Amino acid sequence: MREIALHLLDIVENSVAAHSRNICIEVHENHPSDLLLAKVTDDGDGMDEKTAHQILDPFYTTRTTRKVGLGIPLLKLAAEMAGGGLSLITEAGRGTRVEASFRFTHIDRMPLGDLAVTFLTLLVSHPHIHWTFIYQVQSEDGQWSKFKFDDVETKAVLGDVPLTEPQVLRHLRTMFEEGVSAPSLQPVN
Amino acid sequence: MPAIKSLEELKRVRDDALLKRKMRAESGNIQVIVAMGTCGIAAGARDTMKSILSYIETNNLGGITVTQTGCIGMCEQEPILEVVMGENPKVVYGRVNAEVARQIMKQHVQNGQPVKDYVLPI
Repeated sequence: MREIALHLLDIVENSVAAHSRNICIEVHENHPSDLLLAKVTDDGDGMDEKTAHQILDPFYTTRTTRKVGLGIPLLKLAAEMAGGGLSLITEAGRGTRVEASFRFTHIDRMPLGDLAVTFLTLLVSHPHIHWTFIYQVQSEDGQWSKFKFDDVETKAVLGDVPLTEPQVLRHLRTMFEEGVSAPSLQPVN
Repeated sequence: MPAIKSLEELKRVRDDALLKRKMRAESGNIQVIVAMGTCGIAAGARDTMKSILSYIETNNLGGITVTQTGCIGMCEQEPILEVVMGENPKVVYGRVNAEVARQIMKQHVQNGQPVKDYVLPI
């Protein structure tokens, strides 16, 4: 994987496979503390302690089509190479949160990549999941900016018009591209 | 981007889509499925997906369902793409990069002719 956005696309597949109904993806760039955080929170099946420990092992997988499960171990490695790490909080029957941290300016931190395409891909290809996407930046001078997308209103407006209709795709793509490239400035508290 | 303005715009988009859908003759259900396991993503499946979505957008193709699936056990053939048209048996393609995806969208999805060079023997 060459981008953090690709890792996110990848590990979210675990949330989908775990029958999640609500999935939230958050990316925080925190420049004053030189930190990049990427989080996936779901309300899927979750895991017991033993399984949670096992999934950090590349030779563990629940899948039957091949014998290795690389998603989480690859992300963990990418985070550790950039002076960060991976944390996994999970409870059987409640859900899972995976959080990867990176030192933002670390020379081995991979680029964030195309977050807009990752969001669009997930939204259209899993229409029955309730998605929340957050991209938030705190600049060097402490100013916050944020892009948040919650699909509830969008889906309510669309009704039974599919997300993959060309006009709808154009709307969503533009919204994600604009939101991620220029998140709106947040008022100072 | 102000959320309210965006929702107003979305309502216009929806009405437009509904109108177009009424005008379109029912051509049968078309499904395009991209394999997006770790292997698929590492091999470039997101670019394949992006290419398909942008083809639909640019060519105004309505009535196509685009979904994704996980690893289907042929990691060496990734990115893998499946096309299901109406009652026809599904066609599975291998090594589908962005360019091949465009070709499949044009030749198979739009014109009903599978792109034989990339069809996997299943």
